[in-house]
Amino acid sequence: MSTSIQLSLGQVAASLALVVLAAAISCWRRADLERDIVVATVRSFVQLTAIGFAIELIFETDSIWLVFALLAVMLIFGAFTARSRAVRVPGAFWPLLIALSSAGAATLGLVVALGVFEPTARNLVPVGGMVIGNAMTASAVALNRLGDEMVDSRARIEATLALGAPAREAAAPFVRRALRSGMITLVDSTKTTGLIFFPGTMVGMLLAGADPTDAVRLQLILLYALLGSVSIAALVATTLAQRNFFTPAQQLRELPEPG
Amino acid sequence: MRDHAPVLFELRDVSMDRGDRRVLDAVSAGIPAGATAIVGPSGAGKSTLLRLLNRLADPTRGEISYRGRALQEYDPLALRREVSLVPQLPALMEGTVGSNLEYAARLAARQPAAERCLRLAGLEPEFAARDVAKLSVGEQQRAMLARALVQEPAVLLLDEPTSALDHAARDAIEATLVRLRHELELSVVLVTHDPEQARRLSDWVVRFEDGRAAECGPQVEVLA
Repeated sequence: MSTSIQLSLGQVAASLALVVLAAAISCWRRADLERDIVVATVRSFVQLTAIGFAIELIFETDSIWLVFALLAVMLIFGAFTARSRAVRVPGAFWPLLIALSSAGAATLGLVVALGVFEPTARNLVPVGGMVIGNAMTASAVALNRLGDEMVDSRARIEATLALGAPAREAAAPFVRRALRSGMITLVDSTKTTGLIFFPGTMVGMLLAGADPTDAVRLQLILLYALLGSVSIAALVATTLAQRNFFTPAQQLRELPEPG
Repeated sequence: MRDHAPVLFELRDVSMDRGDRRVLDAVSAGIPAGATAIVGPSGAGKSTLLRLLNRLADPTRGEISYRGRALQEYDPLALRREVSLVPQLPALMEGTVGSNLEYAARLAARQPAAERCLRLAGLEPEFAARDVAKLSVGEQQRAMLARALVQEPAVLLLDEPTSALDHAARDAIEATLVRLRHELELSVVLVTHDPEQARRLSDWVVRFEDGRAAECGPQVEVLA
């Protein structure tokens, strides 16, 4: 397949017209997002440019250790970012870091072991980035929901604990709902892929001139890998994080009030 | 302490802080076997005391013993199955009343005697099939009592158990509590804001005021 595409900085700059449009809509409808849109635009430019140089360096050296180093940085930043969405979960960082690492390791390990991808820098970096990014979003959503559920359902959890139920069982219905909310977005978008929207990888390949059949096959592989990684991340994050709500004597810790 | 009644709970200098608020302040009191009422105005620390007895929380300072041993020496899960707390706000698990009772019975390794316990709590056996989401608050409160009873606890901690009930339902629950106490030798620690209910149901009273145990003694003396 051909993947050659040439874009100038001028073309990137021209696309800023749509950012101006977004800021104008925000200003017009008083959504108060203009500042966030500017920050998001600048950050995306700086971050993607920096990662572009880093990836170029890694591709040139083709060092597996540099790949691991880059993925490790992504994992740590991913866990920090997801933690900011899980403010009601005590000690959320480590469950998130372990969740993202498990999801990344299991997914990348499996696709390499099954021979889907060669273990080269050119494959592992972009696939790893997608896997970790989606795992981060899923685990952040799951823990955000878990925090809300545990705070809002305090009376029910304590009433179950009061019967002598283990903390794990008292929290189980709320952990289940949190896990589901972490996974449901990707499951739903996977269902509608090709009907309502074209996923990014496929769009990118088509724009780069790839054969549509190749684009579809690669997209399917990535979608299935992402389903696996999102499930693992949400499962590990919720399972580990729910323990932090309880003391060793199986008492529900004091939590911040809802709202 | 009441003649011949063994001490169930002994509180020594127990304080409990929540944030920067002192909920219980240096409480020292004994709770004997039998029926004890914890009385006092709202916010006096009565419900907090029940949570401590069930070990849903631990005191900030002081010590509580149960049958002569510090609460911390017991396995918290085994203690909660023996000293069962029925909170004031109904909070059943999702599902049917029957599934709630079965779960509670399984935790305590008892045979699920749903029909008998529902009747004791003033509910018809048909309630076992009812979805808890479709019960009134009063029905939920009685289902919570039935759920605690299937565990056959030694001590029942009841937090305002009739607050959401009409007079007829309240009288039925009170009759059940009296019967349970005599038939099963079940001890009851009852939080109530109603001195008349305390007179009807208890023979020992701890009166709370501003987080302190203002009085503790036989009901006929404290509520005279």
